[in-house]
Amino acid sequence: MPLQEKPLTKSIPTDGSALDLKGYEATGGYEAARKALTLEPVKVTEMVKQSNLRGRGGAGFPTGMKWSFVPLGKDAPHPKYLAANADEMEPGTFKDRLLMEANPHLLIEGMIIASHAIEADIAYIFLRGEYTLSAQRLEKALAEAYRAGYLGKNIFKSGQSLEMYLHLSAGRYMCGEETGLLNALEGKRANPRAKPPFPQTSGLWGKPTIVQNVETLCNVPCIIANGTDWYKKLSYSADGGTKLYGASGKVKKPGLWELPMGTTIRELLEEHAGGMRDGVKFRGLLPGGASTDFLTEQHLDIRMDFTEVQKAGSRMGTGTMIVLDDQNCPVGMVANLTHFFAQESCGWCTPCWSGLSWASQMLDALEAGDGKPEFLDYLAHETNFWSPGNTFCALAPGAAEPLQSALKYFREDFERHITEKRCPWS
Amino acid sequence: MPAVTIYIDNKPYEVNADTNALEACLSLGMDLPYFCWHPALGSVGACRQCAVKQFRDDKDTKGKLVMSCLTPIAKDMRISVEDDEARAFRAAVIEGLMESHPHDCPVCDEGGECHLQDMTVMTGHDYRRYRFPKRTFRNQYLGPFVNQEMNRCIQCYRCVRFYRDYANGNDFDNFGIRNIVFFGRAKDGVLENEFSGNLVEVCPTGVFTDKTLKQHYTRKWDLQFAPSICPHCSLGCNTSPGERYGMLRRIVNRYNGEVNGYFLCDRGRFGYEFVNSPKRVRAPQIRQNGISRRVARVEALETVATLLLRSGTRAIGIGSPRASLEANFVLRELVGRDRFFAGVADTEWRLVNRVLDLLRHSPAPTASLHHIERSDAALVLGEDLTNTAPRMALSLRQAVRRQPFEQIAAKLKLPEWNDHAVRTALQNARGPLFVATPGPTKLDNIATETCRAAPDDIARLGFAIAHAIDSQSPDALRLSRERSSQAARIATALKNAHDPVIIAGISSQNEAILEAAANIARALSAVGKSAALSFALHECNSLGLAMLGARPLSEALESAVGSDVGAAVIIENDLYRRALPRRIDEFFSYVRRVVVVDSLAHRTSDKAEIVFPAGTFAESDGTYISNEGRAQRFFEVFVPTEDDIQPSWRWLRDITIATGRSEARVWGKLDDVLDTISRMHPELAPVRDAAPPSGFRDAGQKIPREPHRYSGRTAMLANITVHEPKPPDDPDSALSFSMEGYSAPAQPPPPLIPFFWTPGWNSIQAVNKFQTEVAGPLRGGDPGKRLIEPASLKSSDYFGAVPPAFEIRSSEWVFLPAQHIFGSEELSRHAPGIAELSPKPYVGIGPEGASRLRMNEGDQAEVKLNAATYKLPVRVIAGLADGIAMLPAGARFLEGEEFPARGTIHSTNHTTT
Repeated sequence: MPLQEKPLTKSIPTDGSALDLKGYEATGGYEAARKALTLEPVKVTEMVKQSNLRGRGGAGFPTGMKWSFVPLGKDAPHPKYLAANADEMEPGTFKDRLLMEANPHLLIEGMIIASHAIEADIAYIFLRGEYTLSAQRLEKALAEAYRAGYLGKNIFKSGQSLEMYLHLSAGRYMCGEETGLLNALEGKRANPRAKPPFPQTSGLWGKPTIVQNVETLCNVPCIIANGTDWYKKLSYSADGGTKLYGASGKVKKPGLWELPMGTTIRELLEEHAGGMRDGVKFRGLLPGGASTDFLTEQHLDIRMDFTEVQKAGSRMGTGTMIVLDDQNCPVGMVANLTHFFAQESCGWCTPCWSGLSWASQMLDALEAGDGKPEFLDYLAHETNFWSPGNTFCALAPGAAEPLQSALKYFREDFERHITEKRCPWS
Repeated sequence: MPAVTIYIDNKPYEVNADTNALEACLSLGMDLPYFCWHPALGSVGACRQCAVKQFRDDKDTKGKLVMSCLTPIAKDMRISVEDDEARAFRAAVIEGLMESHPHDCPVCDEGGECHLQDMTVMTGHDYRRYRFPKRTFRNQYLGPFVNQEMNRCIQCYRCVRFYRDYANGNDFDNFGIRNIVFFGRAKDGVLENEFSGNLVEVCPTGVFTDKTLKQHYTRKWDLQFAPSICPHCSLGCNTSPGERYGMLRRIVNRYNGEVNGYFLCDRGRFGYEFVNSPKRVRAPQIRQNGISRRVARVEALETVATLLLRSGTRAIGIGSPRASLEANFVLRELVGRDRFFAGVADTEWRLVNRVLDLLRHSPAPTASLHHIERSDAALVLGEDLTNTAPRMALSLRQAVRRQPFEQIAAKLKLPEWNDHAVRTALQNARGPLFVATPGPTKLDNIATETCRAAPDDIARLGFAIAHAIDSQSPDALRLSRERSSQAARIATALKNAHDPVIIAGISSQNEAILEAAANIARALSAVGKSAALSFALHECNSLGLAMLGARPLSEALESAVGSDVGAAVIIENDLYRRALPRRIDEFFSYVRRVVVVDSLAHRTSDKAEIVFPAGTFAESDGTYISNEGRAQRFFEVFVPTEDDIQPSWRWLRDITIATGRSEARVWGKLDDVLDTISRMHPELAPVRDAAPPSGFRDAGQKIPREPHRYSGRTAMLANITVHEPKPPDDPDSALSFSMEGYSAPAQPPPPLIPFFWTPGWNSIQAVNKFQTEVAGPLRGGDPGKRLIEPASLKSSDYFGAVPPAFEIRSSEWVFLPAQHIFGSEELSRHAPGIAELSPKPYVGIGPEGASRLRMNEGDQAEVKLNAATYKLPVRVIAGLADGIAMLPAGARFLEGEEFPARGTIHSTNHTTT
């Protein structure tokens, strides 16, 4: 059994307010930052590497390894940058929001430590524009941290400096893509960039940059404070730490819970979400946001971590599940999601901009009862067309995931739309 | 080129290792479809059209799809173009691109030379499964040159990448996302970039098309082409003009790897309409008692013979920097070397000769445009290049990326062709470019430093730079501390570069600037740097005329006074643009027997007793020598059959013969004239080899000027005769006025390529098939013969005449001509679009001067110079050096004004109270 600790959420006030600086420090806040600043940057990165912390934005890239690609020392280009990816736009995902609204200093502390590890001079919080409450609370927390001498010049009297800015996104799903975010920060179109060069060596304004998800950064202080062994013990799996899991849909208690990494889907669904609402049946779920494949009944006992979910043919993604029940139309659901993805395509590569809009039109037609039998083949072809590597970034491959799995698991529902010339749920 | 072996569909090929799989396949002559990749713009991986299969090794049978444009060549790599999955993927991409593309090929201007058509056919897509409404756009007005039809767009991003990234224009962008991206301006309006016309060629389909062509539209396959040279500035960009029904329809770029590469400026592309001008002289004319009448060529020749014979040996000839080398030469032979005068303003003539002298004696080579593009540091002295040598400015915009590329991208191991990656890494980093000019220039926005000063002070800065590089070079004394530290910085940047280029020109009307530039280039050579030198001149054959040699115009004007000149033969020249009107009037009052050979009627031809209709560049063969010292041949695009128009040199030959000098009969064809030139001028001898001679044949045939699908041949003249007339003979070139002959897939020698076409490649992108490798030289070598090669360091010396510092005088101004890309050049001004964009009259002064005069933008000023008075609105030009005033060069009101000139400016706003 893992340690039953909740380092991310344990001190969050229950009344919906945000933990202020005093409150945060009362629970040991900023001790980790103080400690980290006394360590060599490579040591900090090494600890994060050892902890098996993997990026919580969805891709699960090992965090310490990512940091280790940043050039260090006196020959390294400056300024270097850290950007917290707080552009939480994945449908069904609301985990970073909780952290920023309730515990903004945890993010700031994580960013101070990460900045130290990569010797960053400037840090940005790239925040989804609609997260106005997060914005207010982060502004306040930043001001508190500056006043306390934790940000700005000579932070914690360490002789080091770090400027931190909150940047509100003008909005677009693509801003959450690592390099799209950098372009957006520079005031350009949020199109993805070519890789290589990777942001670690040539990121914001051509300088070394780390872009890291909010939840990932929030995991950093406890690793420094409590050590890597402790951190690894928080988890059921090889991936270290806890995870913020969530569920939405027709479950009894939709919500968000900090649990050991690798908690089973069944436990999440039945214990924490309280099972399906009375009178509705479970049909499937998207394990981590809209751009993951459906899982069904047969997959409920798998552990939610980066490796196990992948084995089942999907991805953990953000770990916030969207649950489909028998009272809702799966075709309508993927039509809605595909519409979203088509809308959010940046328009750069052909499979994405042309394929998604066509698929979206076909799905809308199907849902409206105007579908043609050949649409199913066309749609299957499209999802194949958007495979990773065929497109410039991960948007279209992500969009393919719910659609291709829906075609697999709910094929008869699609066929009924065609034969009945209407949505059976309408 | 480091060569490695790779396997394509299991066959081994030697390819350039510094490239990508797409370029390698295309260089090997294979057909692989693409859209977003462009040989000059590089790879970005947007369209996904060029997918191929890549295999790990010879045991891997599954492989994976990769975008060939983003796949670097590696030794022994294995790819498949023919792989079924790759083919299916490419078909899917085309299907996606074609979802909203209208079925309007029959009414689309791009039809028949559309890359999208070609690629669609190549990929095999022929059935639209998409059944939903197509997305549509509202089109914009973009000015007189470029037409927009956004519904045809396939979102390849080439236009915006050319316009913004390559040409640094900022009034064009992409707006919106998903499948609804609009490529255009924020609002309707004239495209501000001087290279906007390239959108027409960069766009793979019919979104951006040539609006001037639209006025008199003809399909590519119905046009008759010839290899030509742009006559609108001194750079000698290679063009491919197209004609039908005796009307020049358009210009497209003709690739020359050493000169213009893939791009032209808008003056070069759209200035051609002067050829169709109503002001054209179309038949010989004789003027008697003030009445001009059209005469037959025989009568004109008889008259001119009588006239010239009566004036005996006293006829003089006035040549032209816009006439071919051959025309100038034959005129010189007609009148005699000592009676041959340059039809160029005296100051300009002195400067051009100085340039020639400097180039001949410089240890630094003259830079081709390609050389400038590859330079890693540049200094521009006294020249607003965007307006005087536009294509060179575009080359400099690429050159400033060279040093950052070496310092940033190469270290990240990013290959140069990977444009997206390189731009991500480079951001706005720019290498050293220094611009020292009297007023602001468009290149300032990419310059490391600028210097705003009067021409003498620019020269002094130049001398100081040369001295800072090599202390043997004479210094400019009493430079301000600021200026001398600037000189030191520039010197350091030039010294630290691998391939610095020094650029100057004649538009500042200052000889010392030219000498300073030569000193800098020499100083760099002296310290062991391989510097190059380039001088921007004004006209297409400025250097050619100088190389031929002629006496200054003023000597002609002066010698006429007192009248020992019985007759003057003037070719392709309006003398009223070359000297003050009163001087020209005086000249004509003494020389009553005036013969003009020109294509356009003007004030000079109005004075002529006999006018012969000369062919423009499009109706003539000949040679221009560019500012680089590159001799390049242009050929007749068409013969205006209903008129007596013929090339100037042939009129002059006919005139010579008519005067009884039968020795001119040896000049039966252009090659004969070239032979004589080569014999008489060793320096000009290579000119003969600038193109294969007229006797060149391959497989016994001439090269057709018309595409093999040229239609209507038998019907075009059916209203006149039902018999198909024999096509005109062309004794002067190896080209035929026909669709029959030696043609693709075999390829003519580069100087004789009339248009780029190859089976399956109907668009201009067929050029890939004509190059030794993608973006490399044309197979057989890029056209042109360089005539001036560097001298040894020992045989050259420094120039020591450092001018004194410029003194600002409160009541006196130094007037300089401001060159405008649209409006300053004589011929292009007759094109309606160019005329529309030409500046209105103005006098430009700096803010300090304006405040001394208590004048604001738009106030009326009375400008006095050279005894003339002009009433002009004031333009306050931020950054213009104090004491300098600018007037729009070549503007009609200013024609013939001599520069530099001193004069006064007074306000006329509040003269009365």
